[in-house]
Amino acid sequence: MPDNYFARYLPILIHFSLAALLATAIVLLSWIIGYRRPTRAKLSPYECGMTPVGDARQRFSVKFYLVAMLFILFDVEAVFLYPWAVILRDLKMFGFWEMLVYIGIVLVGFFYIWKKGVLDWGGASTGRGEV
Amino acid sequence: MVPLSYYLVLSGVLFACGVTGFLIKRNIITIFMSIELMLNGVNLSFVAFAAHWHALSGQIFVFFVMVVAAAEAAVGLAIIIAVYRTRETLNVDQVNLLKL
Amino acid sequence: MSLAFQASQALPRGTDYLRILPELVLSIFGMIIMVLDPVVDQRRNQKALGTLALIGSLAAIASTLWQARAPGLAFWNMVQVDTFSVFFHFLITTITAVVILTSYEYMEVQQIRVGEYYALILFGAVGMCLMSSAVELVLIFIALEISSISTYILAGFRRRAAISSEASIKYFLLGSFATAFFLYGVALMFGATGSTSIPTIEQHLRSGSIPVLAYVAIALMFVGLGFKVAAAPFHVWTPDVYEGAPAPIVGFMSTAPKAAVFAVLLRIMFQIHAPGRLGLIWVAAALSMTLGNIGALVQQNVKRLLAYSSIAHAGYLLVAFAALPQNGIPSAMFYTASYAAMNIGAFAVVSHFGGAGERYVTLEDYSGLGRRSPVLAAALTLFLLSLIGIPITAGFFAKFYVFSAALQANLVGLVIIGVINSAVAAYYYLRVIVVVYMHDPRDESVLPAVPLELGAALAITALTTIYLGLLPGRVLDYASRSAGDLLH
Repeated sequence: MPDNYFARYLPILIHFSLAALLATAIVLLSWIIGYRRPTRAKLSPYECGMTPVGDARQRFSVKFYLVAMLFILFDVEAVFLYPWAVILRDLKMFGFWEMLVYIGIVLVGFFYIWKKGVLDWGGASTGRGEV
Repeated sequence: MVPLSYYLVLSGVLFACGVTGFLIKRNIITIFMSIELMLNGVNLSFVAFAAHWHALSGQIFVFFVMVVAAAEAAVGLAIIIAVYRTRETLNVDQVNLLKL
Repeated sequence: MSLAFQASQALPRGTDYLRILPELVLSIFGMIIMVLDPVVDQRRNQKALGTLALIGSLAAIASTLWQARAPGLAFWNMVQVDTFSVFFHFLITTITAVVILTSYEYMEVQQIRVGEYYALILFGAVGMCLMSSAVELVLIFIALEISSISTYILAGFRRRAAISSEASIKYFLLGSFATAFFLYGVALMFGATGSTSIPTIEQHLRSGSIPVLAYVAIALMFVGLGFKVAAAPFHVWTPDVYEGAPAPIVGFMSTAPKAAVFAVLLRIMFQIHAPGRLGLIWVAAALSMTLGNIGALVQQNVKRLLAYSSIAHAGYLLVAFAALPQNGIPSAMFYTASYAAMNIGAFAVVSHFGGAGERYVTLEDYSGLGRRSPVLAAALTLFLLSLIGIPITAGFFAKFYVFSAALQANLVGLVIIGVINSAVAAYYYLRVIVVVYMHDPRDESVLPAVPLELGAALAITALTTIYLGLLPGRVLDYASRSAGDLLH
């Protein structure tokens, strides 16, 4: 193993440069060698055979943000399960009950947003609460 | 081993980028992302110090910081939506009913 | 590894839970309110949820008193219950109860019909209580965030008013900016000493030469906490946020989180024997007093005026941090308690007088209040006199103890700045009193009667203000004992 710590990263550098070289070569070659006869149909975005409608950039409901925000919260809360799972055997039953309490608290939050109608996607703004 | 100072310099640079972004950016979302950048800079130094002291606790702190940052993000985005509903803009120069 | 080893060594005991009992009680009540809020009919049961929150905070006061009999460490030296933490627990839970009392009428008048309001106050109180008893920097950070996140939302609760959401976003952005600084300080302290536990850090710093990193860490933590207590030069958010946020919440967030942050500052500055403390405090205290008072001189909005006054008071309080520990700690604690009493009282008057949509908040609106409602005017006058620091009110002894503690530490310059500032401050407080009593009312309409709950809140704050002004001995003794505990 080389003495200099960074020398050990040299293979990765070589790997990256090779990958970059290959990618450039493929794009360049197809650009130089290939035929180009563009038509209107060929240039339109591929939508699985459907005719594209409107612009891709349109405003969407604020509900998406809400769901995204809630996802972040519930997702990140699960992070504590990992260290807990690692030492579960050492903690014995105590750890189990503590985690039940924790999950219970998360469920309180879930119950709250459910009852507030945030998860209600059916009708337009049926929820009693809003942000 | 990469020396400790490399990590610390990087975390300091990240933190400084966050501070600069906070001070010069005009869009609330960008300002908010700058704060997240600051927190991530701190996280990096926590992990680096944890490796330096051979203390596992430093890595656990990062979990806590992440969760707290997520909670902060959710609340922040909710407040941003509330501001947008009343003002229809996210430019801090136009959110100026309260004079400084 | 080491963590698993520790955990299997000792699981938490029953007393551990007793030592976080007030926090547990507050969280449980907060969660009950959160679950009940979407279920019950909001229009009718709004007040019931408030009462539940009041019961919760009273239960927290009771559990604080119970907890006081069993001081000690809990949860692997993360939480410490001693006279110091009990003092702040009692203060914070009492503030919570009084603020809930002032909120009943306000919520009805402003037509805010959401029970989360009360739940958030309780959750905020959980964080603040935990801050005062935590002796581990990361736990302090988490507690700080619990209290801050709740107050960010509470600041934006007048959803129909654009200035309220604006206040909320400003508070949120600058608040999280500040917590990032605090966290960076914590990380560097962890790097400098290899620990985040306050007693371990203290031992480490005392044993050898102090690493440069520790100085930087203390400075960064001070920046973060300085934002939270609205100390200059980190005070710019204060007037805006106080103007936009609901009046009872301003009363809450200008006292309870500040008390908690000052508790943390006391622990960091005195228990750690923070290196480089004097210079930081000196500058921040002098600037806060001066900028706060100068800013207040030109204000026409009473909420903004009180905001600048709160910056100035943070400055007076910081003077105590530059003093010697044995005098500085008790005088700072006494100051937080008296400031809480008079400021919540003042904001209770403001929230009642503001009316629907907080229309009446300028100085002109207050003209002739003495004729329109003698009781409100008398209460407001008492609180303002106390904020000036007139004898027989709490404010007098608070300032007196702080300045004498500073004199004993030979901080003559700081005391001179403080005394000059107190004289300047008298001008703008007296201006309000003059407007209230000497000017003719602009509007002769009858003010709504003071409801029972608000009356109770005013009575509690007024009596506390007078009690601390007449008989400061008992509270001060307790504070001195806490200082002994803290330094031990």
